[in-house]
Amino acid sequence: MPQEHRLILKHADQSGYTPDLECYLRHGGYESLKKVLALAPRDLPEGKKLSPQEQVREDVKTSGLRGRGGAGFSAGIKWSLVDRKSGKPIYLICNADESEPGTFKDRQIIHKDPHQLLEGMIISCWANDVKLAYIYIRGEMPHGAKLLNTAIAEARAKNFLGKNILGSGYDLEIYVHRGAGSYICGEETGLIESLEGKRAYPRIKPPYFPAVLGLYMCPTIVNNVETLCAVKHIVAMGASEYAKLGTPNNTGTRIVSLSGDVRRPGYFEIEVGKVTIGELINDPAFGGGLRDGRKLKAIIPGGSSSKILKAGETFKLNRKGSDGQMAKVDVPLLDLPYDFDSLMAAGTMSGSGAIIVLDDTRNIVDCLANIAEFYAHESCGQCTPCREGSLWMSKALHRLTHGHGRKADADYLLHIAQNIQGRTICAFGEACAWPVLSYVNKFKDDFEAKGAGDEAKAAVTKH
Amino acid sequence: MSFAVPATLEAQLDELVTHYPQKRSASLMFLHALQEHFGYISRDAVEWTARKLGLQPINVYELVTFYPMFRQEPLGKTHIKVCRTLSCALAGSSELRTHFCSKLGLDAHKHAPQTTPDGKFTVEFVECLADCGNAPVVLLNEDLLPKVTPARADEIVAKGKLK
Ligand SMILES: Cc1cc2nc3c(=O)[nH]c(=O)nc-3n(C[C@H](O)[C@H](O)[C@H](O)COP(=O)(O)O)c2cc1C
Ligand code: SF4
Ligand code: FES
Repeated sequence: MPQEHRLILKHADQSGYTPDLECYLRHGGYESLKKVLALAPRDLPEGKKLSPQEQVREDVKTSGLRGRGGAGFSAGIKWSLVDRKSGKPIYLICNADESEPGTFKDRQIIHKDPHQLLEGMIISCWANDVKLAYIYIRGEMPHGAKLLNTAIAEARAKNFLGKNILGSGYDLEIYVHRGAGSYICGEETGLIESLEGKRAYPRIKPPYFPAVLGLYMCPTIVNNVETLCAVKHIVAMGASEYAKLGTPNNTGTRIVSLSGDVRRPGYFEIEVGKVTIGELINDPAFGGGLRDGRKLKAIIPGGSSSKILKAGETFKLNRKGSDGQMAKVDVPLLDLPYDFDSLMAAGTMSGSGAIIVLDDTRNIVDCLANIAEFYAHESCGQCTPCREGSLWMSKALHRLTHGHGRKADADYLLHIAQNIQGRTICAFGEACAWPVLSYVNKFKDDFEAKGAGDEAKAAVTKH
Repeated sequence: MSFAVPATLEAQLDELVTHYPQKRSASLMFLHALQEHFGYISRDAVEWTARKLGLQPINVYELVTFYPMFRQEPLGKTHIKVCRTLSCALAGSSELRTHFCSKLGLDAHKHAPQTTPDGKFTVEFVECLADCGNAPVVLLNEDLLPKVTPARADEIVAKGKLK
């Protein structure tokens, strides 16, 4: 029986659990922070010592934690890339922009358990010698921003924040910074520009890797809300215990946001890779299946930027056979384990952990038109391929959904999308091209039939 | 009408500036606070912010035009943001917005934000509000409303007319 495994959301939905500090403390809050502050340097065999901070950084690496914001990059490696020799201050930013369509997991943490995020952040800041950190929260979450500000004030009053935290000699301030309705602020370098008080124009990498040239051109760590919460659990459980959760290279738990055509949309925390896409959609413990009489058409597996998967597709995955040898095996869509590597092997990504389900009553052209309009609206406009291309794609799709399409529009869309990906400053280029490439390639007949139908109608009215 | 920022608000904003190593960083938070107080961002508010933060007005103005949440004209007292993006669209958000528009005598074909002539309502389509499991979602002023039905929409309209 597939089940949720609640670690981060363990208490969030329990009756009587409130976002205030007292409640958090009653549930063992800030014990992990005390634990790290009490760590002693560890002796290494060759006579060297590992500082407490280095130990926690090592633990995050051995835990196998991968970023929950979208790219799934190893948190431990990200931290190890931070330039610690520059002499400049190191900043940490919690990415609470949560704006990838389909995603609503960080919201649960922020609104129901803000101190857990703070504890994860404080530990992460301490481990990286950060003295000043920010939570960048999207502008459309005003209550979330207030809750976080209250939590920060409470934590400061108890000296979990501020000067000389719990007598350790460590100082840290965390401030809440609000965005103002722009999706591109979720992209880490756009976020940094925005936090500097500018338009959220992403920076080009290289040279502007946040770990070296981030906020105010200082080394900066940007991590997602859920990633920072996981750090707290890595400390609480120990890295090797945490790594036992999930599957190899896809460790821990993650919160999946499920929406669209299922009976029970919602968020579910699972061990990564221990639950399949089919179970997430159909099991009574999760999505509860499609509505009566409906059949699956497609799945958007990792936020609107991920490539669509069509019902009935199978994928070649590496699996260990009964003889212990790795071999390529055919895995049907619904049997894909929900984890980073399986979805990558299926040619898409688990992205922000957001699954949108489409049933057979849906028109795929309409769905793509909706998404393309989002990207056309949100392109920051710096790169010509992205600025113009996202708009052209949206216009072509508007045409197709308003009775003025052409059969050739399908190829036209593919042509534009191909000329965006890989030619832009930030990954938004891929984010807007991938849906178009995958929907049109996988459902080409639907697009061509729609365009051809419109052309036929137009020909009749002309005569 | 002359532009005056009350002393208590100015003190709050001065405190905000201390959160950042560089003053300019405070500009988004300034604009939020000023919009909350005045209802929109006027030219005066832009110039005042620029003066306070040691910037050129263009440095502030370009934020107002870039970030969708900032407004250059007053909005309705009841501000209805209907989520337009896919999960909400699948759950009928387009029909929901049309319902609001027809109840309020606004043009459902117009995409941009629209305010009723009496200044009581603004209806607008916005992008994903990060609550897609509760589609269709509406952000009513600062409150997020889950699974909004046409009946709930009628209640919102009835309540807003009394304001
Ligand atoms: C267009 C775009 C939008 C993004 N939006 C978000 C977002 O809303 N929230 C988020 O955490 N990460 C978002 N990301 C990913 C961030 O750039 C960054 O990789 C992430 O915050 C790193 O944190 P993690 O390593 O903990 O996942 C976005 C990336 C791109 C390219
Ligand atoms: S790819 Fe698009 S969003 Fe990213 S920097 Fe270029 S124009 Fe802006
Ligand atoms: S699509 Fe409407 S809240 Fe996400």
